Amino acid sequence: MTDYDGAPATVVVFTCNHCPYALAWHDRIAQVANDYAARGVRVVAVNPNDADRYPGDSLDAMRDRVSREQWTIPYLRDETQEVAREYGAKVTPDVFVLDAEGRLRYRGAPDADYDNPREQAEWLREALDAVLDGSILERPETKPVGCSIKWKP
Amino acid sequence: MQVSLGRRYARYVNVELLWWEGCPSTERALEVVREALDELGLGGVEVRMREIETDDEAQRAGFVGSPTILIDGADLVPAANDEPIGLSCRVYRRRDGRISPLPDPDDLRDALRQAAECAEVNR
Repeated sequence: MTDYDGAPATVVVFTCNHCPYALAWHDRIAQVANDYAARGVRVVAVNPNDADRYPGDSLDAMRDRVSREQWTIPYLRDETQEVAREYGAKVTPDVFVLDAEGRLRYRGAPDADYDNPREQAEWLREALDAVLDGSILERPETKPVGCSIKWKP
Repeated sequence: MQVSLGRRYARYVNVELLWWEGCPSTERALEVVREALDELGLGGVEVRMREIETDDEAQRAGFVGSPTILIDGADLVPAANDEPIGLSCRVYRRRDGRISPLPDPDDLRDALRQAAECAEVNR
């Protein structure tokens, strides 16, 4: 997670299989990954939930979903939950945008309304455009909205 | 045309909203329920709020996620047999196929209307 491979921007999305907010926003985030791939942006999804209490978030369930939905972005398992803790992630989805030097440039929700697909992950796109263009982010942080991360006891 | 079912039958419909604090949809869910009740002329119905705090409580209540809306004791959207019981946010599917943390407002209105009509017949 610290190797940025020279990508001009990296999006780390803490997400999961069972949260309706994460599911509602998923297609919009996947579309961002497709739309910005040509500009070198890398998008990584990370599932930090305790799979013992929430089997729907197990590695096998993640593999099934990736296969069934033909994901084009990597879906990683944060088994120790250390990554989520280091990032300070609170919910799924929780979006972090890092620049080429690994500096945090945006943290929050993909857009203003999980219920409105026309939002098209607008806040995430704004953040990426600013990072790629070297301009100032007008909205570097928004409140992430979603299901609490299921921490291990 | 919206048909009002009338305030006098409101007390015969029991609405309960089961919620868990780890899910942010509770406030909006209550708003949606109240809006549906008002639209049906059932603004006098009390929506009882019941917090589910532990896995044991979830098991006892058959709680498959927050919010769960019970109308006269029946789940607005009956859970599938394989839907896991526990403390989580509930996944609903809208009539247009979208996934949502809240039930489709039309499903809610239909269920409330049916319950109110049933209450009217049985009063």
